[in-house]
Amino acid sequence: MRDITLGQYYPGNSVLHRADPRAKLVCAILYIAAVFMCRSALAFIVIIAATAVSIALSGIPLRVLLRSMKSLIFIIIFTAFINLFLTTSGELLFRFYFIKIYSKGIINTIVMILRITLLIAGSGVFLTYTTTPIALTDGLEQLLAPLRKLRLPVHEFSMMMTIALRFIPTLVEETDKIMNAQKARGADFGTGSLLSRARALLPILIPLFIAAFRRADELAIAMECRCYHGGEGRTRMNVLHLRTPDFAIMAFCVILCIAAALINTYIPIFTLIG
Amino acid sequence: MSAKKPIIEIKNVSYSYESIDGRRISALDGISLSIERGSFVAVLGHNGSGKSTLAKLLNMILTPEKGEIYFDGERVSGPGDIDENVMYAVRRRVGMVHQNPDNQIVATIVEEDVAFGPENLGIPPQEIRDRVDAALAAVGMTEYARHAPHRLSGGQKQRVAIAGILAMMPECIIFDESTAMLDPSGRAEVMEIIKKLNKERNITIILITHDMMEAAMADRIVILNDGRVYADGTPQEIFSQVDRMRAIKLDVPETTAFMYELSSLGLTLPRGVFNVRECAEAVAAALFAAGKVRV
Repeated sequence: MRDITLGQYYPGNSVLHRADPRAKLVCAILYIAAVFMCRSALAFIVIIAATAVSIALSGIPLRVLLRSMKSLIFIIIFTAFINLFLTTSGELLFRFYFIKIYSKGIINTIVMILRITLLIAGSGVFLTYTTTPIALTDGLEQLLAPLRKLRLPVHEFSMMMTIALRFIPTLVEETDKIMNAQKARGADFGTGSLLSRARALLPILIPLFIAAFRRADELAIAMECRCYHGGEGRTRMNVLHLRTPDFAIMAFCVILCIAAALINTYIPIFTLIG
Repeated sequence: MSAKKPIIEIKNVSYSYESIDGRRISALDGISLSIERGSFVAVLGHNGSGKSTLAKLLNMILTPEKGEIYFDGERVSGPGDIDENVMYAVRRRVGMVHQNPDNQIVATIVEEDVAFGPENLGIPPQEIRDRVDAALAAVGMTEYARHAPHRLSGGQKQRVAIAGILAMMPECIIFDESTAMLDPSGRAEVMEIIKKLNKERNITIILITHDMMEAAMADRIVILNDGRVYADGTPQEIFSQVDRMRAIKLDVPETTAFMYELSSLGLTLPRGVFNVRECAEAVAAALFAAGKVRV
């Protein structure tokens, strides 16, 4: 329990690892947009090639990426089946009692699987694998900074994220301790019906919550003692700077988006969907 | 020492809490204290003697109900009125290290936590960087700069917390039972740093503690009991009053207690010795003098 790692960060020193988190956030958004714009086989080929290049740039082994797909395999299979069996347009290809499979269904299924796989790979490569959660939080804060003018609590949000990230390991450790204390007094968490198991968790959650509130109180005082007074007039030690590689990867994603749109409009061959 | 100008002066300060059933419980009852710049003061007392309330008042987390607090000769806190700018200025100059090392570290990376204070003060990034590096070096945690705080030992976390305060360049640091949750080696690490800060950087130290041996390292000990100053003096003066200490059920260092018992058995011994070596020397000298032991 002690060695939990947050998120899926895969340590490395690639171009993407070193890139500004803001640039990577922008890239991820552009990439997702590009994936959803793809409507023809040609567009998909372009985006698959681009994804392959990005994976190569990130230096993340393919098996690590595939491992993250494994946890989503159920969702992929589920969407695939829904598309396969519930699409009722195109030619009827196969019929077995009430199961009817149409040509359009097969195409939709392939497109869905491709999209989900690409989304997981792309967002992983641009964000979760190459960016620590804390860098991501900093990036979000600075990217959304203009929204402060609209009185959105951008700084407060990022502070909350930082504190949550800081205290998750501490609370996990504490949960462990409380569970051991309860086990030592004969508590049983492993057997019984789902309901009784859930009920057995109550004596863990209550002390955990009380301790968390006490921590929050002490932390608030400690923060006040260190002159914390919200985001106003606050500076940062690590200022993010956009460098040439950051602009390069963003340009790459912009081109990808434009390419997807152009291929859809001007080279409408192998069009798969609508 | 006494010729120096006081950095903090407390005049007739009272503070009370409201208990769950609505009664007022007095935490501090008209206490006056003055703390000299550059001194190392230990504050001793039982739970509920008002030690932590005192710390919170000095740091302006609380404001006194009665009485006034002066910082560097300037009145900063009194009943009711608080100037926010004055409050932040005092908090920068009077740092505070708390008891639980876990609950005062804000960031997920050691150096970013140390930067938290200076960031709040709005200091330019490059200067924050310099201050963070210097603060980490001062507590000997430079090699852990990029580590995650939750993987450090208690003593190391507390050193990070001290670095976080140092980076704000305070003139005075209050340690509110900062060693209470640490193991013996952690305590020793932290006490070593506290002494160093006091001697080398002339930072005024207010050490709130339960530990007599820690208190003995100070220049001056203030004992609080029931919200009042019960005793105030050098460790020698304080620990020589064994009866008075025992009257409020406070311990004296083992060595002092040992010599006190020997004296009551008829051996002539000096009072207020608590260093083990000095104690041994004094006992040996007394025994030689009494002719009970031959070399």
